Amino acid sequence: MLNRYPLWKNLLILLLLALGLLYAAPNLYPDDYAIQLSGTREAYHVDEPLLERITTVLEREGISSKGTEVENGSGLVRFADGASQLRAKAVIAGLLGDQYVVAMNLAPTTPDWLSALGAGPMKLGLDLRGGVHFLLEVDTVQAVAQRLDVYVSEIKTKLRQEKLRYRLVDHRSDGSLEVKFADEAMRDEARSLLRKDYPEFLLSDETVDGAFFVVINLTEQTVRDIEDYAVKQNLTTLRNRVNELGVAEPLVQRQGRNRIVVQLPGVQDAAAAKRIIGKTANLEFRLEASPQATGVTTETYEFRSQPGREATIERDIIITGSSVANAQAAFDENGQPQVSITLDAKGGQMMGRVTRNAIQRRMAVLFVEYKSRTLTETVDGVAQERRIPYVEKKIISLATIQSVLGSQFRITGLDSATESSELALLLRAGALAAPIYFVEERSIGPSLGAENIALGVMSVKIGLALVLVFMVLYYRVFGILANIALSLNLVLLVAVMSLMSATLTLPGIAGIVLTVGMAVDANVLIFSRIREELNNGVPGQSAINAGFSRAFTTILDANVTTLIAALILFAMGTGPVKGFAVTLSVGIVTSMFTAIVVTRALVNLTYGGRKLNRLAL
Amino acid sequence: MAKQNKIINFMGLGKAAFTISALLILISLGSLATQGLKFGLDFTGGSLVEVGYQQDADLGKIRQLLGEAGYEDVIVQNFGAATDVLIRMGEAHDPKLGDAVLAALQAGETQKLELRRNEYVGAQVGEELREQGGLGMLMALFMIMLYIAFRFQFKFSVGSVLALAHDVIITLGFFSVMGIEFDLTVLAAVLAVIGYSLNDTIVVFDRIRENFRLLRKEDAVEVINISLTQTLSRTLMTSFTTLLVVLALAIFGGETIHGFALALLVGIGVGTYSSIYVAANVMLLMGVSRDDLIPPPKEDDVIDELP
Repeated sequence: MLNRYPLWKNLLILLLLALGLLYAAPNLYPDDYAIQLSGTREAYHVDEPLLERITTVLEREGISSKGTEVENGSGLVRFADGASQLRAKAVIAGLLGDQYVVAMNLAPTTPDWLSALGAGPMKLGLDLRGGVHFLLEVDTVQAVAQRLDVYVSEIKTKLRQEKLRYRLVDHRSDGSLEVKFADEAMRDEARSLLRKDYPEFLLSDETVDGAFFVVINLTEQTVRDIEDYAVKQNLTTLRNRVNELGVAEPLVQRQGRNRIVVQLPGVQDAAAAKRIIGKTANLEFRLEASPQATGVTTETYEFRSQPGREATIERDIIITGSSVANAQAAFDENGQPQVSITLDAKGGQMMGRVTRNAIQRRMAVLFVEYKSRTLTETVDGVAQERRIPYVEKKIISLATIQSVLGSQFRITGLDSATESSELALLLRAGALAAPIYFVEERSIGPSLGAENIALGVMSVKIGLALVLVFMVLYYRVFGILANIALSLNLVLLVAVMSLMSATLTLPGIAGIVLTVGMAVDANVLIFSRIREELNNGVPGQSAINAGFSRAFTTILDANVTTLIAALILFAMGTGPVKGFAVTLSVGIVTSMFTAIVVTRALVNLTYGGRKLNRLAL
Repeated sequence: MAKQNKIINFMGLGKAAFTISALLILISLGSLATQGLKFGLDFTGGSLVEVGYQQDADLGKIRQLLGEAGYEDVIVQNFGAATDVLIRMGEAHDPKLGDAVLAALQAGETQKLELRRNEYVGAQVGEELREQGGLGMLMALFMIMLYIAFRFQFKFSVGSVLALAHDVIITLGFFSVMGIEFDLTVLAAVLAVIGYSLNDTIVVFDRIRENFRLLRKEDAVEVINISLTQTLSRTLMTSFTTLLVVLALAIFGGETIHGFALALLVGIGVGTYSSIYVAANVMLLMGVSRDDLIPPPKEDDVIDELP
């Protein structure tokens, strides 16, 4: 029994550990306090000259920055400490005004050679860096009801066109629709028409007191699709709004069937975030003012995508966003980009009435946003931020009316597919969306986050120190080897977490602490076995070998069962609990590697290949 | 370390252990039935505001200020430090609640207050979490039972799962009796206890299995006693090191994860005991024997005479 690993095995272990050290390294570089700048829309880029202007102004104010960066039209200014960051924010916000979003942020300082290897620090959860977490619920019941309204008006129009005289089209209390006829033949004809045109309907007949009904239910799939659409539409809208906040790594994600999670790390003003997320946009469809119109009946607005370009339009509103049921970017017969718009019945009627007398005139679509402006003013020598709400209206489309428009029409003549999808998105954002409610909200102040990190790190340190000391006292040389393995386990754990860009939360730190305690277990098992073998009179080298091999199945079984528990935690947990499950699972896997393979390699290097008279165990 | 030749008669204490366990479980279940768990915001829904003071906060004054501001059913308590105040409210969701509460409190104070945390959980979300939590726990127990039945034998899986249920019930009972708040992180800790306690139990089982195959003369009680004696130093070592770190977490980890650390402390303590007494006892009750573990003899190769 020689207990030696072949060279390749030692090299492989060394390689893995080196990789671990490499990918864990970015966490050693503390984040910079930074200000993130981004344009409120496409037209406003952040570029080098702008950043130079900012640095000059900052220098004049006596605030020194550590450097600036431009990436994808947004910019970053780094500072040495939180105080300069705070002062700089007020200065920059005052300088740039409303066209740019100025947000405080923490920027990683990973050296370029590490980033080039794909290495980066672990992400910190909201409980560690402070920030806001919202859980929003989309009212899908309302979304389905809204769609049914649209169907009611569509069916009426369709039946009228086909000269099928109906008595009534209405909702039933169970969520279905009914169409009432006086005559059975008429009913049957209507039913086959509906069956042909609406594959998403489940149709059935009913005859009550001489009245003939077609009862319409939506298929389960259709209901799902409507709900899906409503959630997706809200997701898009929320993403746009969150982008407006200029938060560095926002998370807007669907959760389950009808919920949306929004996480804004580092955001300190939760109320402002909520105002922006919960705000509503609207649309106004209006005719362009005729040249001879007087100033009293007209208003002039700027184009959203082309600052400086303006158009004068009538004060009268044809319809608002609440009449828009859907807007979709598509391509016309000639492959040119277009946006098709569907209105509800009332909207269609209004549109028809107005456009009948306005062919060849142009119609504008105004995008209405309810915003607020932050003013920094000095009250009693203290700078205070004050928010003034205001309404911003910008033109997103100005197109010539070619014919009388009904409840379905399209806008063509768009320059690109990007433009059409942008327009459709804006139309949807301002349109009738299913209402959303806040069902959960958590905001954690930055000081609490910093405190949580400090406490968490301290308990890891103390726990680790206690275990290390204890292991050396109890197992002597083997204890030292196990301690090396344990420390490497922590490095690997951090490396894997960083590579997965997993989020570290406070319970996650607790998971690491627990892993430290449990990782020792594998070594304890092995060492106890070796001791037993020695006590039974087995010679040193054989005892080492037997100890490792016999403890292996035990370690495997014990860890697999813990892993099962951790994986279930991960599957059902949210937020913080998930963070705990992640560190625990990763910790179990890395600890098995270090406790079995790395410790074995170390033991082999220390004791292998020679005759042992006694073992320090 | 001394040679472990002396076999400790663990199972001789089986009756006493059984009585203690039964008593603890009865107390726990009784308390859970009458008092229930003091569920935290995560599970009940409602609002919570944490305010940081610069000097020690006067809770009575805070209650009075909040009452004057029109907030009813308010629970005010210190959170971790005398300067840190946690205010719990049944209020419906109001985005401005945190700021409003802060303003109401600031009005009666000269020191600058800080809004540290503001949480709101909808009642429905809380209810779902409660359901999911219970479901997750059952699911974990079931999957583990399956794995052990597959790796060991059915009697072992019953033993380990009963030992786990024992640990979980007593840990929950501890929270119920002491009236400590039960939130999401505590639930996570309870699930971690399941994983940990199992770890312990498996190690013991593994040795029992090995010894059943190795020792031919001893009966089941003796085999279990020998196995427990052999694994005792390891069981205590591991529990001790884990308790060391959890203790560090409980003392230095801060108030937010205090409940978490506490649940682990209790769970690991009970888990260590149960892996020695409960799991093995259950197996003895079910009449575990050597035959359960000896692999069925392989069909012998047959040699036939050539016709």
